[in-house]
Amino acid sequence: MPIAESEVRWVEAPKLGFWDQLYLPAMVDGLKTTVGHLFSKKITEQYPEQEPKLPGNYRGVHRLNRDEAGRVRCVACYMCATACPAHCIDIVAAPSPPDWTGREKYPETFVLDELRCIYCGMCEEACPVDAIELTTLYDLTGLSREEMVFDKEKLLSVFDFTTKAGTDPVRTHGGRLGPASEPPPG
Amino acid sequence: MPSFEPGYLAIVIVALMGGVLGVVGYLTLAERKVSAWIQDRLGPNRVGPGGLLQPLADGGKFFLKEEVIPKHVDRVFYLLAPAVAVITALLAIAVVPFGSTVAPPAPQATIDAFESSQAAYRSHFSFVLAPGVDIGILYVFALGSLAVYGVILAGWSANSKYSLIGALRSSAQIISYEIPLGMSVLGVFLIVGSLNLETIAGWQGSHRYWLVLVQPLAFLLFLVSAYAEGSRLPFDLPEAEQELVGGYHTEYSSMKLGFMLMAEYVHLVTAGLIVSILFFGGWSLFGLESIFDRVPVLAAIFKLIILVAKMLIYCAFALVVRWTIPRFRFDQLMSIAWKAMIPLALANLVCVMIVKQYGWPLIWLAFASVGLLAAAGLWHGSVTMPRRKVARPPVATGGLATSRLTGV
Repeated sequence: MPIAESEVRWVEAPKLGFWDQLYLPAMVDGLKTTVGHLFSKKITEQYPEQEPKLPGNYRGVHRLNRDEAGRVRCVACYMCATACPAHCIDIVAAPSPPDWTGREKYPETFVLDELRCIYCGMCEEACPVDAIELTTLYDLTGLSREEMVFDKEKLLSVFDFTTKAGTDPVRTHGGRLGPASEPPPG
Repeated sequence: MPSFEPGYLAIVIVALMGGVLGVVGYLTLAERKVSAWIQDRLGPNRVGPGGLLQPLADGGKFFLKEEVIPKHVDRVFYLLAPAVAVITALLAIAVVPFGSTVAPPAPQATIDAFESSQAAYRSHFSFVLAPGVDIGILYVFALGSLAVYGVILAGWSANSKYSLIGALRSSAQIISYEIPLGMSVLGVFLIVGSLNLETIAGWQGSHRYWLVLVQPLAFLLFLVSAYAEGSRLPFDLPEAEQELVGGYHTEYSSMKLGFMLMAEYVHLVTAGLIVSILFFGGWSLFGLESIFDRVPVLAAIFKLIILVAKMLIYCAFALVVRWTIPRFRFDQLMSIAWKAMIPLALANLVCVMIVKQYGWPLIWLAFASVGLLAAAGLWHGSVTMPRRKVARPPVATGGLATSRLTGV
């Protein structure tokens, strides 16, 4: 439907007053702003020398958490691999050793391709036992594609590194692993 | 025109040109630093201590870049344009007195008197590339007009729409702003009675006050025109990046682009020197400049420092203004020059003529300047807005649609 003439609202620029016509007050005003910024505190981070302060919920490199006994918390339930939109997690489950009480399975291998990963954090959301977490490690580099495929040992070493460095403290302290670890009823 | 020792002149030329080019190099760093600081950033700080070697890195980069000459260009003019731009920009500095100059002698009645006065002038230490050029500022303006050839040749020969539009804008802008640029300083020449920059600086030195006090409006007009002539930011339409890619130097690469950019900074330096000499007393500083007069070399260096400091303040102001005032529209650009600045410059000139004619004290000119500016502000016709009447349709009342749209 075309716009009727009566629906058009005509707007005109406001009339300039005496001081506006002189231009100078407005320019002095503008100069005050720019000169103020000239001497204000700078916000640039000098990156290699000055590390950024990242919030705890930053989604960087993954880690596999250890429980109190230093064993991998993961119970190989495949929830993270299922939730992963990039299909970057590959788990091979095995029956857990007999002395690992309170759980049925553990991951024999746990391989995560850091190059396929889109760092969405869905694995962390999906994990029922808080085993996989994203840390604030952001400067991940490598010389080959193979190097960027992290296995279980590497992911556990990320846990050791980040807890030791204090950047990502252990966030969960649950003793029991939760219902996902228990054998199916019946 | 007195003749001078060629060897001595060669030393002065090398020293001053080297100095000017050094200032130009560090102006590029200052531009980037000031831009960064105004935007709360740090700016380039990795090359050398605090980024101080950045100009060297930039220059080296310009020389080492691949030099692309597009096939569709007019090669002769394409190669000529950067040279014209840089040469005209650098030549203008020749008449600037850098300090320790005495005013050249006035015309004498007899040839003997002329010769002796010239000899006396020659015996002084003159820190200027081309001493005793009586047309002084006219020479600078003439070279400023020639500088537009660099831009037009670049824009035309590049055979590209962006370059051509940039060059057309530039020629229109520079030709328009040359009029207020020249007209605003006519009052200064009437007051001093000479076009020679050495004489103008000397006049202010001996009168112990600066001409900006009696010609503030002329200074304002000259400042704005000088920014427009140098295509500094409120008036950088010839190279408006958002519209024209790079303007007239779109098709240039490597050191040819470097020359184009360098010419702009040389214009800034020249304008700074001219403003300092015309309106801020050149190397005079309320009598302080003569404390080293016993030692001619020290005095020359001290006066040079005063003049360069004034020039640098001007450049710093230009850098800050760049981030303060947004770019004008092209019709606004033309309106300001033709509807506001040229009439104001003319009126200012008439005021100077009246005051000189009746021998009134020069301070009246300051009041006249303020009055003229206020009168321009009161002038009803708006300068920056085009005179376009909006045809208003008859207002419909009570309609549902109207009330919805107007929110009544």
